[in-house]
Amino acid sequence: MVVLVKHVPDTEARIAVAGGGRSISEEGINFVLNPYDEFAVEEALRLKERLGGQVTVVTLGPERAKEALRTALAMGADEAVHLRDDALEGGDALSVSVALARALKDIPFDLILCGKQAIDDDSCQVGPRVAELLGIPQVTVVTKLEVDAAARTARAQREMDGYSEVVETPLPALVSAQKGLNEPRFPSLPGIMKAKRKEIKTLNLASLGLDASQVGRAGQGAEVQALEVPSRARRGRILTSDPPAAAAELAALLRGEAKVL
Amino acid sequence: MPSGIMLFAECRQGQLRKVTLELAGRGSELAAQRGEPLIAALLGQGVGPLAEALGQAGVDRVVVADHEALKDYTTDAYSRVMTDVVRAWDPAVVLFGATAIGRDLAPRVAARLGVGLASDCVALDLDAGKALVVKRPLYAGKVMATVGGFSRSPAMATVRPNVLTPAVPQPGRRAEVVEFSPRFGPEDRRTAVKELVAAAGEVVDLAEADVIVSGGRGLKAPENFRLIEELARALGGAVGASRAAVDAGWIEHSHQVGQTGKTVSPTLYVACGISGAIQHLAGMSSSRCIVAINKDPEAPIFKVADYGIVGDLFQVVPALTEEVKKLRAG
Ligand SMILES: Cc1cc2nc3c(=O)[nH]c(=O)nc-3n(C[C@H](O)[C@H](O)[C@H](O)COP(=O)(O)OP(=O)(O)OC[C@H]3O[C@@H](n4cnc5c(N)ncnc54)[C@H](O)[C@@H]3O)c2cc1C
Ligand SMILES: Nc1ncnc2c1ncn2[C@@H]1O[C@H](COP(=O)(O)O)[C@@H](O)[C@H]1O
Repeated sequence: MVVLVKHVPDTEARIAVAGGGRSISEEGINFVLNPYDEFAVEEALRLKERLGGQVTVVTLGPERAKEALRTALAMGADEAVHLRDDALEGGDALSVSVALARALKDIPFDLILCGKQAIDDDSCQVGPRVAELLGIPQVTVVTKLEVDAAARTARAQREMDGYSEVVETPLPALVSAQKGLNEPRFPSLPGIMKAKRKEIKTLNLASLGLDASQVGRAGQGAEVQALEVPSRARRGRILTSDPPAAAAELAALLRGEAKVL
Repeated sequence: MPSGIMLFAECRQGQLRKVTLELAGRGSELAAQRGEPLIAALLGQGVGPLAEALGQAGVDRVVVADHEALKDYTTDAYSRVMTDVVRAWDPAVVLFGATAIGRDLAPRVAARLGVGLASDCVALDLDAGKALVVKRPLYAGKVMATVGGFSRSPAMATVRPNVLTPAVPQPGRRAEVVEFSPRFGPEDRRTAVKELVAAAGEVVDLAEADVIVSGGRGLKAPENFRLIEELARALGGAVGASRAAVDAGWIEHSHQVGQTGKTVSPTLYVACGISGAIQHLAGMSSSRCIVAINKDPEAPIFKVADYGIVGDLFQVVPALTEEVKKLRAG
């Protein structure tokens, strides 16, 4: 099993736009293993505990992204691969998935797990793109997964808009994790100690056998031309009268002023 | 030369989804600016009659792929046919709704075509060279990005439901209808939908809901969600929740609004007993009108609210439900 993981700013992070206006300032930001990827790692570990096999975690990112791999190793993953090259940086889902798919050609797997979305770029693309490039089926936004190792199939419950569906797929396949799939474990202390000593395999552009024009910023499908921090603050009208009066006033405002009733 | 703007016409239970009409509305404006047709790709079984509504919504040409293998949505069959339709018509832009289906399909098609895709857009425009440029939130809406300069054609985007104005139907307007015969190989029919699992109670589609009433920890107990449901019913809306309420087991995760829940942008969002943590705001701050009901005047939710009531929700919410019913009846 392979799990794709990404190192992202935690959900509390205050995001500021860096000088140049096309990237964010990483100063003072705490980076973590993407929450949806935690579900993916946990699911892989549970499958391993039940059915055997190896769990390899793979990330593409700058030096700090090793921390995401260490967290996954501390949870119990067996091996870690870091795609690390300045030429790989600054890309979008198109160029990131090209590099990841190339790396996965050399790692045996029956199942690839990833998060349904990375909470930094929120693009929800890398999983399906990798599956397409590898020519395997996908089931996205999964909240329940059963693997039949003998039949080499999986049944996955995936969240649709307002209901769920159960999809059966042959293996190998890619599954993207949604909240609800499981409760991720916390890394144990011995796990953390062991993870520190584990070797992380590093792949660069040359060892991936890719051309700089295919990856990173050079290989992206579209570019971020500007970033701005929108102001969320609204000029709110706050009512403090007693409940029945406030409710009547609010209903009138919603109809008369806001025109939403 | 790539030409035209294509949209993926998503259907549900034999009807076009609202987001499809929203794409048609904005898509026809963009197509007009480029002086090119708006094309709809309509995939399914027995979906042909929907071409009429698409024509009225401003679509110039409907490419219909009608096949039993397209009865249910499956990634394999739909990405095969959608890719083939795009290749056959060579549009400059391809648009999808950022729905469960659109988010599953669009990246797969984009990868097959080797092109870029901007996900979850909240605005679509053309730049000086009449190429697609979009706005999309990053970091759960903490940053808004302008994305353009698509390096290869077509430029692809998924667009959030409820952010574009739906097309106003023009009675009598007709689209040219073109049949497309899908071809499938064994690799196009690998997965199968085995069953549908309805959520308990009615189907909630928060992403497309026009009105959402959400409850948080301030509700104190699961049975008190009844108050939220009653207000939602009076307003004709859906029920949402904060993570605290979901984690407490008061309501299913499918109702959760926020960074690790649904991103919504209804016309009216009413937050009851929700403090307004940054992760909750991430999911709802693009709503058109935000109402907060909270007993703590310092609660951060008031900072993003258009209207707020400082008070006990157990008194305010039922009173508001009554007022809404009165207004609606009168
Ligand atoms: C990785 C991560 C992801 C997260 N994702 C999400 C997410 O997607 N969505 C989300 O919502 N949260 C998310 N959170 C959690 C978030 O940080 C908050 O903990 C959560 O939103 C709080 O929910 P709440 O507002 O219901 O509860 P609280 O913060 O406890 O607020 C309850 C509010 O109710 C008010 N109240 C109490 N009694 C009454 C009364 N009688 N009348 C009126 N008001 C009353 C209180 O004044 C208070 O403001 C996430 C957190 C993390 C770490
Ligand atoms: N740089 C990356 N390295 C490894 N996995 C990634 C990377 N980017 C995205 N992924 C995986 O793809 C999922 C979806 O990411 P995204 O398409 O960026 O929203 C994430 O949850 C990860 O599992």
